[in-house]
Amino acid sequence: MALSDKDRIFQNLYGRQPWNLAAARMRGNWDGTAAIIARGRDTVIEEVKNSGLRGRGGAGFPTGMKWSFMPKQSDGRPSYLVVNADESEPGTCKDRDIIRHDPHTLIEGCLIAGFAMGAHAGYIYIRGEYYNESVVLEAAIQEAYDAGLLGRNAAGSGWDFDLYVHRGAGAYICGEETALIESLEGKKGMPRLKPPFPAAVGLYGCPTTVNNVETIAVVPEILRRGPEWFASFGRPKNSGTKIFCIQGHVNNPCNVEAEMSIPMRELIERYAGGVRGGWDNLLCVIPGGSSTPLLPKHICDDVLMDFDALREHRSGLGTAGVIVMDKSTDVIKAIARLAAFYKHESCGQCTPCREGMGWQKRMMDRMVEGNAEIEEIDVLENVTRRIEGHTICALADGGVWPVQGLIRHFRPLMEERIREYKRRHALPQAAE
Amino acid sequence: MAKVTVDGIEVEVPNGSSVLQACEAAGKEIPRFCYHERLSVAGNCRMCLVEVEKAPKPVASCAYPVMDGMKVFTDTPVVRNARRGVMEFLLINHPLDCPICDQGGECDLQDQAYAYGHDKSRYGEAKRAVKDKNIGPLIKTVMTRCIQCTRCVRFAAEVAGTPELGGTNRGENMEIGTYVEKALTSELSGNLIDICPVGALTSRPYAFVSRPWELRKTDGIDVLDAVGANIRIDTRGPEVLRILPRINEAVNEEWMADRGRFSFDGLKRRRLDRPWLRKEGRMVAASWAEAFGVIAEKLSKTSADRIGAVAGSLADAESVLALKDLMAAYGSANLDCREDGAAIDGSRADFYRFNTTIAGIEEADALLIIGADPRKEAPVLNARIRKRWAQGRFPVGVIGPAGIDLTYSALHVGEGQAALSALLEGSHPFAATLKAAQKPMLILGRGAIARADGAAVLAAAWRLAAETGMLKPDWHGFNLLHHFGGQLGALELGFLPGQGGKDLAAMLGGGVDALWLLNADGFDPARIPASTFVIYQGHHGDAMAARADVLLPGAAYTEKDATWVNTEGRAQRSYRAIHPPGEAREDWRIIRAFSEGVGKTLAYNDLDALRARMASVSPVFARIGEVAASGCADMAGPQTAMAMDAAPFRLPITDYHRADVISRASDVMAECAAVYGPQQALAAE
Repeated sequence: MALSDKDRIFQNLYGRQPWNLAAARMRGNWDGTAAIIARGRDTVIEEVKNSGLRGRGGAGFPTGMKWSFMPKQSDGRPSYLVVNADESEPGTCKDRDIIRHDPHTLIEGCLIAGFAMGAHAGYIYIRGEYYNESVVLEAAIQEAYDAGLLGRNAAGSGWDFDLYVHRGAGAYICGEETALIESLEGKKGMPRLKPPFPAAVGLYGCPTTVNNVETIAVVPEILRRGPEWFASFGRPKNSGTKIFCIQGHVNNPCNVEAEMSIPMRELIERYAGGVRGGWDNLLCVIPGGSSTPLLPKHICDDVLMDFDALREHRSGLGTAGVIVMDKSTDVIKAIARLAAFYKHESCGQCTPCREGMGWQKRMMDRMVEGNAEIEEIDVLENVTRRIEGHTICALADGGVWPVQGLIRHFRPLMEERIREYKRRHALPQAAE
Repeated sequence: MAKVTVDGIEVEVPNGSSVLQACEAAGKEIPRFCYHERLSVAGNCRMCLVEVEKAPKPVASCAYPVMDGMKVFTDTPVVRNARRGVMEFLLINHPLDCPICDQGGECDLQDQAYAYGHDKSRYGEAKRAVKDKNIGPLIKTVMTRCIQCTRCVRFAAEVAGTPELGGTNRGENMEIGTYVEKALTSELSGNLIDICPVGALTSRPYAFVSRPWELRKTDGIDVLDAVGANIRIDTRGPEVLRILPRINEAVNEEWMADRGRFSFDGLKRRRLDRPWLRKEGRMVAASWAEAFGVIAEKLSKTSADRIGAVAGSLADAESVLALKDLMAAYGSANLDCREDGAAIDGSRADFYRFNTTIAGIEEADALLIIGADPRKEAPVLNARIRKRWAQGRFPVGVIGPAGIDLTYSALHVGEGQAALSALLEGSHPFAATLKAAQKPMLILGRGAIARADGAAVLAAAWRLAAETGMLKPDWHGFNLLHHFGGQLGALELGFLPGQGGKDLAAMLGGGVDALWLLNADGFDPARIPASTFVIYQGHHGDAMAARADVLLPGAAYTEKDATWVNTEGRAQRSYRAIHPPGEAREDWRIIRAFSEGVGKTLAYNDLDALRARMASVSPVFARIGEVAASGCADMAGPQTAMAMDAAPFRLPITDYHRADVISRASDVMAECAAVYGPQQALAAE
C-alpha cells in the first residue's frame, strides 16, 4: 500500500503549482498556526515527541527531545533556531525541492519550532550553490513578512519571530551543525568540540538548535493533523513520511515522499520505474547518501528503508539519498570517487581525518587499477578503522564508511582486480 | 570538586577541569600536541584520546570536562591503538628529516614517536610538501614539518594579540601562514618557536647552530626590559647560543620578549675587552694598572663635590652599590641613576615601583595608561594586561599619542596634560569609570616623567590615583613602568643625589670635573662638557664609550653573578653563563679593586659580603624573588611646586629593536629594525 496523496506533507514537491503564499495557503500551509502556538510550548514539544519524528539530516536524533534540551528559562541570552539547508551530501536533493517548490512549509515550521524552543530569531543557512533556491526562499520570507506571518506578533500568535537567510560558500563540512554555526558567525567552517553542545553554547555563544530543513518543514503538518497521524506511518521508532531521493541506474530518478519503512525494492520499483535492465541487473545500492555503506543486491532484496533496519545491515538511512548502481558499474571506482570527495571536503582540523582521508583516497585510486598487494586491502581497512571515531565530528566516519562497506561486500572483486593487474603487468619470463 | 578515577587511582579535581588535568593529577602523562595550558583548547590533534566509562568512543581528554564519579582509562588497547593511529597519521606526511631539523632532541613529535610510533611506515604514497613562509627575520619556517596543531595561531591571536596567523585551505591542503606573506608584528613572536611542538617554526638566528644536548644551561634574568623575565641562557664554550624563557608565574609566565631573546649576538660585537686611555685625544690600549692610575690621579686632584657618578639602565645592583660606596668614600654626594632625567621621587619606594605587581594586573578591573606604550616598553607585561582584558569587563584608558596598537581596545582619553587634568577634575567620563571600579590601576610610563615638568606629571598621576580609589590599604593601583633591568635596583639602593649632591642635569651642566659612568648610555654624550673627565665602565663600545677618557671593560648580564630588580621591586639573581671577553671583569670587582688601589678599600671582598651589605641597604635584596604584598599605607603623594606643561606625552622607545647597547650591537636586531623599525625616508630626487 502506497502512501496516498492526501497523506503527503509536501503537496507541491514537484512544483506543479506556484510556490507563493497564496498557493501555499490553498495547500493548507499557514492554516491555524496561531492556534498551534496557542497550545503552548510544552504541548508542542510533547506532540513532536509523540509523533516519533527523527531528524532528517542524517543522524536521526529524535527531534522533540532535541528541542527539549533548550533552556526553558533564559539566563539573559537569547535562544536561536538555525535551519541547516546546506544540503551537500552527494545523492541528496530533498531540501532543494522543498525550498524551491514548498518554501512556506519551512517558514511556517521555523515559526513553530522557534516558538517551541523560545527563539525569537531563526537563521536558515542555505548552501551557496542553491542560488535560485535562496532567491525563492528570500522572496517567500518577504511574502510572509508582508502578510504578517513573520516579525512582530507573527501570524497573530503573539510570538515575535524574525527569520534570516545566510548563504554558505560551498563547503560540505558546513553542513555539520557546529561548523555551520562557526560559518554563520563568519569564521572558518570547522566543527567545534562537544561538549558544550549547541543547546547550551551555540550561535554567538547562545543556546541554539540546528535542524534540517525537512525536519522543520514537516512539523506544522504534524501538529495540524496530530502526532498519531504521523506516527501511523512506518515501524515504531521509525515513524512518519520521508522524502527519498532515488537516483542512479533507475529508469525514473525522482524525489518522492513515501512512508518510512517501505521496502527498498518497492521504493525503487514503484516510484523510480525500477532498476535499469530489471531488478536482477542490480549490483548494489547506497541507501542514505554518500556517507552510508553500500548494500549489495541480496540485502536490497528485502531490506526496509528506515533507520533501524538499515543499521542492522551496518548501513544507515542517512539523508535517504538512494544511489542505485547496476551491474555496469565499476563499484571500486565509484567508491574511490567518494573517497576523493571526502578528502577534498575534510576541514583539516583533526589529524586522523586530515591525513587519513588523503591516504585512503590514494589507496583507493590504486585499488581501482588493481595496482596494489592483496594485503593492502587489510591495511586500507585498518586505516579506516583508525580514522573512524577518533575525530571531533562525523565527517571522518562518513568518509570511511563507504570504503568499509566496499571491503565488506566486494572484497573478492578487489582481490580479483589486483590479481588481474598483476597478470597484465607480469614481467615476461625469460625463455629457458 | 569532582572525584575522578584514573586507571584505578582516585583523584579530586576542581569542577570544570578537563579529563587531561585529572589524569595529570593522578600522575598519568597524556601525550598531546595541540593542547597548551595557556592557550584555548583546540582538541584537534587527537593524541590525548582516553577511554571514559560509558562513552561510546574514545574522548579527547584535553577538551572533555570531568564529571563526578567519572572513570577514565589511559592505557587500554583502544587508547593505545588510537594514539598509535594518530601518530601514524602525523608521520605519514611529516618529512622525518630529524637529522637536519633544529627541533631534533627537543621535539614533542620525536619524543612521542618513541612511545607510539611504528618502526616502519605503511604509507607508500607520495608525501605532502608545503611551501615555506617568510614570517620575518626571527622565525624560520619549514612548513612541511607542520602538524597543524594551531598552537601558533592561538598564541598569536590570544596571548600576543596579533591575530596574523591562520589556516588557509582545508583538509590535507591546510597550511598555516599569514595568507598574504608578511613579517609577524608581535614583540612576543619568539614564543612561537617554543610552543611549536615540531620543527615547523624554529629560531632563524639559531638555525643549524647547535643541538640541545651540547648546551650548558644557566639561569638568568632578562634585563633588556624592566619585567625581569626569567630566562635560561644556553651556552656552548665561550658563546651564548640562545636564550629561552623559564617559567615564573608571578613574572613572565612562560613568555619572553623578542629583544631579550634574540639580541644576544650583540654580546659578541663591539665589546670592550681591555682598558683604554685617551692620550692626546686618541684612545690607546692600556693595562688595568695604568687605567686605575690615571683615574686615581684625576680623582685625587678633584675636590669631592666636583666628582660625580651615574649608574645606567643595565647596571647590576652589586656594582651600583660598590660605586655608591666608593663615591661615599670620596665624600661625593653627586649620584644619579636617572639617566633619562625622569623625575623619579626616591623618597618612598611606592612612588617608583609597579606596586600592583604583574600578577596583580589580573585582579584589576580598570586601567589607565599614562604616557607609556607597554607593548613596546614591556611586551610580556602587556600580554598580562591583554590576558586580563580578554577576560572582559576591563576598561582601559590611554593618555599619550593616539593610534598606538596595544593589542587590546583602549579608550584614548587625550594626548597630555589636558587629559590628565580632565580626569582629575572629573570632566572626562573615564574618571567615572575609574571611580566606579573596585580595583582600578594606572600605569605611568617612565617616559611621561622624563621631561622638564616630570615632577608635576608624577604628582598629578599620584593625585589621580588617590582620588579615583586606586590607593587603599589592601590595593595599590599606582604603578611606574620602567624600561630596563638595572633601573629599579639603583633606585632601591638610593643611587640618587645625596645631601647637597648634584643630579644628572647639574652634573652635565658643568657641575663636576670627573664623571664615572657605570653602564650609562642613556643620554647624549654631547651634553657632557668638554672639560669633564669621563670614566666609562661598561661592556659595549657605544656612543658614550667614544666620549670617555678612560674605558673600564665590564661584564654584560650573561657574564656575571648579579642581582636585578624588576619594575615591581622584585630582586632576582642571574648567574654567570660565560666569562666576560678578554680582560673585562665583573663590574663590582673592578670598583672594589680600584678602591683598594686608592686606599679607600670597600668593606667587602666577596659576593656574599657585598650582598649582605645590599640587604642592609634595602630589604628588597633580603627577599630574593619575592615582592612584599603592598597596599598603600600613606596617601600623601610626591610634592612639587611645578605645573604641568601642555606638551603632549611622547613615547621614549620608538625603535623597539635598538633600544639598548646590546641590541644596537646585534645583527639580528638590526635586521629586525630594518623590517619593523621606523622606515627611513627615501632621499628626494
